[in-house]
Amino acid sequence: MTSEGGRLERLALAGARVPFRLKVAAVWVVIFAVLVFFFWVAQFDTEWMRDNFTYIAKGLQFTLYIAVGGIVLAVVLALLGALARISSNSIAYGISGFYVSFFRGTPLIVQMFLIYLALPQVGLNLHDQVPDLFPQTLANQLVLDAAVAGTLALGLNYGAYMTEIFRAGIQSVAAGQGEAADALGMTYRQKMRRVVLPQAFRVIIPPTGNEFIAMLKDTALVSFLGVSVAQAEIFRRAQLVGRADFKNLEALLVAAALYWALTIVFTFFQRRLEARMSRGYIRTQDLTAASAEEQKHGGGGGSIG
Amino acid sequence: MSERDVVIRVEGLHKRFGRLEVVKGVDLDLHKGEVVVVFGRSGSGKSTVLRCVNFLDDPTQGTIEVAGMRLSGGFRSRRKREQIRQLRLHVGMVFQQFNLFPHMTALENVRVAPICAGLKDNRIRATELLEQVGLADKANEHPIRLSGGQQQRVAIARALAMQPDAMLFDEPTSALDPELIGEVLAVMKSLATDLHMPMIVVTHEMGFAREVADRMLFFHEGVVWEEGPPEQVFESTQKPETRKFLDAVL
Repeated sequence: MTSEGGRLERLALAGARVPFRLKVAAVWVVIFAVLVFFFWVAQFDTEWMRDNFTYIAKGLQFTLYIAVGGIVLAVVLALLGALARISSNSIAYGISGFYVSFFRGTPLIVQMFLIYLALPQVGLNLHDQVPDLFPQTLANQLVLDAAVAGTLALGLNYGAYMTEIFRAGIQSVAAGQGEAADALGMTYRQKMRRVVLPQAFRVIIPPTGNEFIAMLKDTALVSFLGVSVAQAEIFRRAQLVGRADFKNLEALLVAAALYWALTIVFTFFQRRLEARMSRGYIRTQDLTAASAEEQKHGGGGGSIG
Repeated sequence: MSERDVVIRVEGLHKRFGRLEVVKGVDLDLHKGEVVVVFGRSGSGKSTVLRCVNFLDDPTQGTIEVAGMRLSGGFRSRRKREQIRQLRLHVGMVFQQFNLFPHMTALENVRVAPICAGLKDNRIRATELLEQVGLADKANEHPIRLSGGQQQRVAIARALAMQPDAMLFDEPTSALDPELIGEVLAVMKSLATDLHMPMIVVTHEMGFAREVADRMLFFHEGVVWEEGPPEQVFESTQKPETRKFLDAVL
């Protein structure tokens, strides 16, 4: 064996002692370094980025408004949709089936424009045809603000997808759970609220978190409705300022970084929530200790009376 | 026993699943303080009868009478659903698979139904019940941290918390490891002998039946094939099918 081979072997051994996570972190650092090098070659304007960062970051506010509004609406719709999906009521079942089919079957951007541009037209035409039934004030209410129309479309669209997630989650709860609640004389509402849904949410929350993170980025689509600058979210602001100064790369990079940061923050919260939801499903004490304790106490049944 | 001692009355019960008729005409009265043990081969319809009593399975034909309410199966209107719920409030049920609520502690499991029904002092009652089944020290544990026997005892306490007129036990020890069966049977026995709780018990525990049952019913092919006090069923068995089954399990 040569001394060279021995050295390599020692290197490999030393490498094996470095924790896996540390190595992964190193890979990330290298990728970032390479990217920074390319940006430097492409001569991008870091000074411009610094100067315009706050302008673009102000869009965070509206991005979050739209995303939170959208996810709240989506959760409500998904819950109703899923309960209708598992009910024996034909009307509820039919409505929810149509809703899921339409909003999953058409593009989100089309739905946004339908709500933003087509609804006012529908309102006006209805008013023309049946002015008594459909007064002007009602028609006016169908003319929605771009941000509102966007939020509505996001909520409706994601709600349709999440209906399936919620349905699967509710059906994943063992049948015996519902039977036990029934046998105890609970009403349908009590059974759902106290027994079935808390268990279903454990299954529902991780994919709902994913949907929320996906929606955070789909908020960028709202900018196509031509939102006013006062209400512009991250992407709209990046586009506006980037085009004006011909600094598209820099502006879009700032926007990308902001979306990415948001995603990382929400992923962190999602993990914490999941850990909390698993209470009652993980034995904090290991099995052997628990059974040893049982042996000690003799496990005898108590007496009644 | 007189007519007014009847707690649960099953009359002319039939149950069909699709084309398969599992229960073919069963009559059964449970009287105050009485322990009825139901046994028989799997598929003989014994569990189905129990599940029909509180409408977890819907009777195809026949009536169930509990606490002055006489109900039959079929379409469940809003009013009918409420009547079934009222009936269930009078009957406690214990399942083979325990069916404890995994997201609640033992104490919460016992309290949740009384809270839903608006019963007062439910915390004190629940604590007492856990004490009675010997699990006061496990009140704040989630079911996953309890053994099968402990879980079933919590399930019994949970059913008792609704102060039922009678209890139904659907193979309460069949899912348990052999060494844990005794503790559950002990609780059931003291429920019968000390509290005189009327109960229908579907079980293969013949020792328990001999000791505690007032009456035994042997189910065969969806009907009550043989019936009598334990001594009679064990010592002077009438039907060959019953004998064959007893020889197999004893």
